[in-house]
Amino acid sequence: MISLKRLLAPVPLAAVAIVLALVALLAYGVAQNTPDRTIDDAVAAGKRIPAPKLDLPRLGSSNRLSLAALRGKVVVINFWASWCPPCRGESPILERWHRRIAARGGTVLGVDVLDLESDARAFVHRYGMTYPILHDGDGGSRKAFDVYQQPDTIVIDRRGRIASVVRGPVTDAYLQRVLPPLLSEPA
Amino acid sequence: MRRPTAIALALALCLAVPAAALAKATCPRTSLGDVENEVMCLECGVPLDVATDSLQAHQERAFITREIAACRTKDQIKTALAAQYGDRVLATPKAKGIGLAAYLVPSAALILGALVITLAALRWRGRRRAGPSAPATTDPSESARLEADLGRYDL
Repeated sequence: MISLKRLLAPVPLAAVAIVLALVALLAYGVAQNTPDRTIDDAVAAGKRIPAPKLDLPRLGSSNRLSLAALRGKVVVINFWASWCPPCRGESPILERWHRRIAARGGTVLGVDVLDLESDARAFVHRYGMTYPILHDGDGGSRKAFDVYQQPDTIVIDRRGRIASVVRGPVTDAYLQRVLPPLLSEPA
Repeated sequence: MRRPTAIALALALCLAVPAAALAKATCPRTSLGDVENEVMCLECGVPLDVATDSLQAHQERAFITREIAACRTKDQIKTALAAQYGDRVLATPKAKGIGLAAYLVPSAALILGALVITLAALRWRGRRRAGPSAPATTDPSESARLEADLGRYDL
């Protein structure tokens, strides 16, 4: 039988430490790459969880805008990028709805991710987007909203909670179904 | 063409040709491949040189190509990319702050590994020099029993 003294010798101890460190590293890697579906699961269960923090500079400006500053409004957060083809298709739909809901205490909030500022500005100009756009070059804000692709749309109610999620391009029918009831809710 | 005009034109040509050649010579020889394997495709999470299908990777490549055409060095292009996409776009982290760990941890692991191997080798050599260990002392009754057992076999 191996004695405790032999087991606690520097060489076996170092080997055990190295193996443990490698296992921990592997577990961390697996955990990092496993998509988090907390938001989707909560929405599917009919629960409204508080929206994560979002505070980014506006596209083409150093002024920042936070989601907290829009509390009391229904906010349609749309994650997009100028290089994403489906984003081109949904931009006119979002712009139309932004104009429609602005007077009723609603807004679309674009979050341009993993994108060049110049390309994003050209995109905004080309599609005549008038709603506020935030710029997130490294896409760091995506993780908190479980965004793994572009476009993704997350609807926030007047109390700052996630009310609905669309993974992929948003449609006119979806916004027609989701937004009017939310706009009718009290703050 | 009048003579003074012709001379002026010839002089201008003489000056322009070396200037263009000099500009080309001072332009750093940066290639797309040089930069591609030192930056990441952020959307796909792999180095840019292996990200073939991503549209975000295409955008990065187009940006690098424009920067190369503007005579930027590899470091200048990487800095410009980091200004656009953040430090996460760099495949090798900066040697400061938490990024320093990426350089220190492997070095420390290497030193630790070498130390462990040296220690193990020294122990092994020490044991060999000491020679075989002395036979263990046994109980006389045990020895007698062993002798009796061996006696039963025709060896």
